[in-house]
Amino acid sequence: MRKVYLDHSATMPLDPRILEAMLPYLRDIFGNPSSLHDWGEAPRQALEVARVQVARLIGAQPQEMIFTGSATEANNFAIKGLALAQQDKGKHILVSAVEHFSVLNAARTMGKLGFEVSQLPVDKHGLVYPEEVKRRLRQDTILVSVMHANAEIGTIEPIAEIAKVVKETGAIFHTDAAATAGAIPLNVAELGVDALTLAANQFYGPKGVGALWLRRGVRIMPLLDGGIQEGGRRAGTENMAAIVGLGKAAELAQQEMSARQEHLMPLRDRLIQGVASRIEHSYLTGHPTGRLPGHASFCIEFIEGEAMLMLLDARGIAASSGSSCTSRALKASHVLTAIGLPPELAQGSLVFTLGQSNSREDIDYVLEELPPVVERLRQMSPLFAKFVKAQKGGK
Amino acid sequence: MQPRNVGEIEDADGVGEVGNPVCGDMMTFYIKVNDNRLADVKFKTFGCGAAIAVSSMVSEMAKGKTIEEAMAITNHSVAEELGGLPKNKFHCSNLGADALHKAIEDYLSKKGQVAKAKGG
Repeated sequence: MRKVYLDHSATMPLDPRILEAMLPYLRDIFGNPSSLHDWGEAPRQALEVARVQVARLIGAQPQEMIFTGSATEANNFAIKGLALAQQDKGKHILVSAVEHFSVLNAARTMGKLGFEVSQLPVDKHGLVYPEEVKRRLRQDTILVSVMHANAEIGTIEPIAEIAKVVKETGAIFHTDAAATAGAIPLNVAELGVDALTLAANQFYGPKGVGALWLRRGVRIMPLLDGGIQEGGRRAGTENMAAIVGLGKAAELAQQEMSARQEHLMPLRDRLIQGVASRIEHSYLTGHPTGRLPGHASFCIEFIEGEAMLMLLDARGIAASSGSSCTSRALKASHVLTAIGLPPELAQGSLVFTLGQSNSREDIDYVLEELPPVVERLRQMSPLFAKFVKAQKGGK
Repeated sequence: MQPRNVGEIEDADGVGEVGNPVCGDMMTFYIKVNDNRLADVKFKTFGCGAAIAVSSMVSEMAKGKTIEEAMAITNHSVAEELGGLPKNKFHCSNLGADALHKAIEDYLSKKGQVAKAKGG
């Protein structure tokens, strides 16, 4: 059976070149970069090489990069650390309604610790409007966090425009770029942000490593106290193999970015057009054009997401969904709710995220297998039955 | 996933609908009753894999049973027949038994009305 992995936003396969770069740090080059003796020398150098590689990917200075254990850690570090460091200036935090849980829940925790958190609404495509940010900025706003792109609906946010508005105040601007770093060109100076999150496994690097970029001069309170690693900002013996992997992944992403985008976009568009033409009552979620190069997210009416995933899985196809049943908390996706989708339609969420290993044959296979899956679930669905009856009744 | 008994019964003796699409689970059960037994059971489900499995299992368990036996089918017995359900899917098993019972109650109340009309 053909196996087609279309859940790259969950994680991506490790590029073999990156594995090769990592292996020595799991074998002979095992030293602690903080060690003063010879065993620390090679790791120390490798650490700084990786730092330069990641900084280059986003147009930053190497000393502004702080390695973390994940994008979630970087987001927690940013929200909690930046708010705590600026609290003498105010206690108001602004986050978008479509942020990843690591931002939303970190902000919520700060809300319990005496800060005030407001959410920025989004339009039906998931876009945050700079005017809306301007309206909600206050004298006591110290931190704004808006993601660069949303991994559930693919929409790319107007970060540079939002940054202009935020700059008019003294607030710090953080962006979660886990979905964009390594996927689309980005430059921290052009974006106008003060802090940025990224993760290796979103551009073919290993799991368990990410980074927070923090503009020089911006104060932050460390999340992890202990030793003096990462300039005293993030304690803990460095995960050398993973960090080397992150660096190599960044280097390859930068070199190959255009080629990767050129590979992904036609496949994404083929999938989007194919679903639209073969499946009635299906809707593309997120912005139609301003979206991630490999992202195709839909809502399929009258049926439920997890059931679709199960049937697709039985046919060797991996995808994702924002339906209640796919969330352990049994809550419908906050992103689909924020863009104003009727709840029953949100339950039919189906998200495909493409990667470098995907081919045209993969897409055509999905386009062949998905319609019968939808058909089968619609045959079982009381909602579809009601719809059909209503149509007939109308005539 | 090969659920049995998917469909509707045009002239059903009882229909029971539970859940709602907002929550992500909705089931409709149709029953045909003959001689106090469930001669036929059909269902439609909007929901996840567990919901579909539960409604299929309930329909299989209920077919051929007496009204009383079918009313005794519980969420617990359904989950057991399936060999257990993950905790966060328990609510799916609740829906299945409830939808069946609602269909039976619908049948009983209709029957009561018919008996009333006849008896006067």
